[in-house]
Amino acid sequence: MALGTNGDPSSVTPNLFAPRRRRLLVGRRAYAASALSSVLILGGIAAIFFVAPGGATVRYFFFNPHQMWLALVGDPAKGLSSVGLGLWTNVWMFLVSEVLVLFFGLVIAWTRMSQSPVLQPFRLLSALYTDVFRGVPILIVILLIGFGLPGLNFGFISNQSPAVYGCMALTVTYSAYVAEVYRAGINSVPNGQLLAARSLGLTHGQTMRRVILPQAVRTVIPPLLNDFISLQKDTALISILGAVEATRAAQIAASTEFNFSGYVLAALMFLALTVPMTRFTDHLIAKDRSNRLANA
Amino acid sequence: MDAVLELDSVVKRFGDLEVLRGVSLVLHRHEVVCLIGASGSGKSTLLRCANLLEKIDGGSISLFGQSLLDERVDPDLVRRHIAMVFQSYNLFPHLSVLDNVLIGPVHALKRRKEEVRDEALELLERIGLRDRADDFPDRLSGGQQQRVAIVRSLAMRPSLLLLDEVTSALDPTLVGEVLDLLRDLAGLGTTMLIATHEMGFARDVAHQVAYLDRGVLVEQGTPEQIFTDPRHESTRAFLERVR
Repeated sequence: MALGTNGDPSSVTPNLFAPRRRRLLVGRRAYAASALSSVLILGGIAAIFFVAPGGATVRYFFFNPHQMWLALVGDPAKGLSSVGLGLWTNVWMFLVSEVLVLFFGLVIAWTRMSQSPVLQPFRLLSALYTDVFRGVPILIVILLIGFGLPGLNFGFISNQSPAVYGCMALTVTYSAYVAEVYRAGINSVPNGQLLAARSLGLTHGQTMRRVILPQAVRTVIPPLLNDFISLQKDTALISILGAVEATRAAQIAASTEFNFSGYVLAALMFLALTVPMTRFTDHLIAKDRSNRLANA
Repeated sequence: MDAVLELDSVVKRFGDLEVLRGVSLVLHRHEVVCLIGASGSGKSTLLRCANLLEKIDGGSISLFGQSLLDERVDPDLVRRHIAMVFQSYNLFPHLSVLDNVLIGPVHALKRRKEEVRDEALELLERIGLRDRADDFPDRLSGGQQQRVAIVRSLAMRPSLLLLDEVTSALDPTLVGEVLDLLRDLAGLGTTMLIATHEMGFARDVAHQVAYLDRGVLVEQGTPEQIFTDPRHESTRAFLERVR
């Protein structure tokens, strides 16, 4: 074949039309198609609860409005804790852990990326720390701290509430994740920024503080929010220590009333907390992406 | 003429690759030296070594007769005297143009912000960008950004300026404004070591031109001599290719 742009020798004007089956889904037809498929699929899933032989039973035991209300308000006379009040425990455990995680994560990341020879043992320790706590299941960390520290019988360390031990366990685990997020953010800043700052005579510390960190923060926010969403959910794991938070309250309701609707209620309440954060994160990611495209 | 920067048999290796193979060069006060040579010949590495951004593996570097390899020398202090400008400008995108210029004097030299501010604005005035002082770098053209980067390093009142192919990343239409600024600086007696591919500019501005080939400084001389009567075959071949 000859070199160059000679085209298809069999015809002068090439056929540029899409095949018929792909032409169906454009314009208004595309909307109709997406509406129809949504109704069919989502409706089909919902229908399972109605046509299945056990449908009525499941609706009674899981989606029972009366039981949900009972679980929500609780009933001290019957020994029922309120899922609503329990959720407040989840929220404050989340808030406390979040602040601690932001702080300790930065300390660990900073230590790991430091350059001073004096800090060598701390660099090793922080690397070991992130390896260990990213690798151990969070449930085990909760159990070890929640039952281990009281067992020490060591003054105030040993007589805290389960919720406090829970916060400790969450902080210890999530600091390891967040340290890695920070580290990735710092590494995402182009090396030229570091060179430019150092060539101006700024010290390593000044370069980090004035040049690298302010830029790293932007890239770090979406992944941080992702971690916080799962931190919010993981507060439910503290129920294993006996802290009466939403999940635990739902569990008590389930075993007293022989009805699981409290769990569904707790799930809905967790969703009410996490969905806004998820949407906000997606919004930030989309905004950052369009900013980058605009500058490219 | 007093020597500002002296490089003596500088060797730099990256792993097995010897990037600089015993380069010696002297830069005097008020002198402009242009480094020419193909990409990968070691020009950028030489500049980075001079600014202590890279550790050298042999030879010596001294500033005003003082060895920079002495253990007591603080690299951060050295870099306040040796300013460097990069091919990709490397302005700080999170800071305004003015703050980019201020960051060195304020944080490295610990000078008062109000005091430096006037000087910085004056420098921006000189390059015609005073009205862009509050803009962020991404609002500026490449040529404007590079001129701000040059001013940012001048705000440190350095004793010498290292320029690493500062026009190579620019649109051809924007190269002129940056070279004009460098011409002005040369006219003011600025001591500069310039790695460049702009042969016409080197010929105009340089007092000395040095040709690097695969980490060896093949020859050095006045622009007149290098461009019209190169002594070495490799210099001649290089100039033939870029012409």
